[in-house]
Amino acid sequence: MIKTPCIVEQVGLEDISLHIMDIVENSICAGAKRVKIQIIEDKHKDLLIVEISDDGKGMTEEIIKDAFDPFFTTKTVHQVGLGLPLLAQSAKEAEGELRIVSKHGKGTKVTATFKYSHVDRKPLGNMTETMVVLIAGNPSVDFLYKHKKDRLDYSLDTRRIKVELENVPIDHPEVIKAIQKAFDKGERVIKDAKINHRGFEKD
Amino acid sequence: MPKLTIEDLKKIKENYQATATLREGGFRAKVTIHMGTCGIASGARKVMSALIDEITRQNITDVTIVTSGCAGLCSREPMATVELAEKSPVKYVNLDGEKIKKILLEHIIDGKIVEEYALGIGNEATY
Repeated sequence: MIKTPCIVEQVGLEDISLHIMDIVENSICAGAKRVKIQIIEDKHKDLLIVEISDDGKGMTEEIIKDAFDPFFTTKTVHQVGLGLPLLAQSAKEAEGELRIVSKHGKGTKVTATFKYSHVDRKPLGNMTETMVVLIAGNPSVDFLYKHKKDRLDYSLDTRRIKVELENVPIDHPEVIKAIQKAFDKGERVIKDAKINHRGFEKD
Repeated sequence: MPKLTIEDLKKIKENYQATATLREGGFRAKVTIHMGTCGIASGARKVMSALIDEITRQNITDVTIVTSGCAGLCSREPMATVELAEKSPVKYVNLDGEKIKKILLEHIIDGKIVEEYALGIGNEATY
């Protein structure tokens, strides 16, 4: 009788929302207080663009060069940093690329492009989960999120939410629930947007 | 486009101010979810999301969740560290959404360490 092989759950950064989560965690580790995340789905140019910019401590030219090397990391706990090389690989697999612009002491901007229709382009994944986890886990960091699909777009700025909330913490369960709902709705509308001859339209 | 309206936030604010005086202040527990590349790749986001869902469902306001980087034990990810006030921290390994919910109920709320998921219990003594 053939022994049933043990089932290993597939692991890895299997969609773009997990990559985004990973890169934003880098920003936070670099001391960022405000992180901007922008997703642009441009069907006409057949492009998916993911842009993450922060006001963290930035990288020197040398570190940027090394950032593409999977055997380099600034961390001391373990020796291998894989976040940026993995994103670079995912972009490359979909005929895109990864660009890093960084000023030491000012911040970093990471831009990943993908050919939208490429068969190997990873799906965008669950952006609601990524954003809710980031906001709830880092209440002192401000996030500006923008998701654009041709002419349709929505954004969420936690700095503005905090102003409205006054003394209520942003990671209060009721607030997190409301933020989760807002993301869910926004993402659903963008996802369901139908294509017509002028591009995407809200249905 | 659907938005988080100011009215929504105002309502939350009013409710919060009404109940804030009832809170004793301070947190009962701090949960750290390790969100390095290794953690994320093995499902840390799902773990944290499940914990957030349960906390918002039960409206628990005195448990704080934070994320941190790799803890150096990539093969045991997803991991979480639970710290109850005035107790030693406990590291949990190989987690998933169901396990973290059990930890919330048994360890954080009832104060009983879930030994089967813990990496080790007690301090590393050198004497």
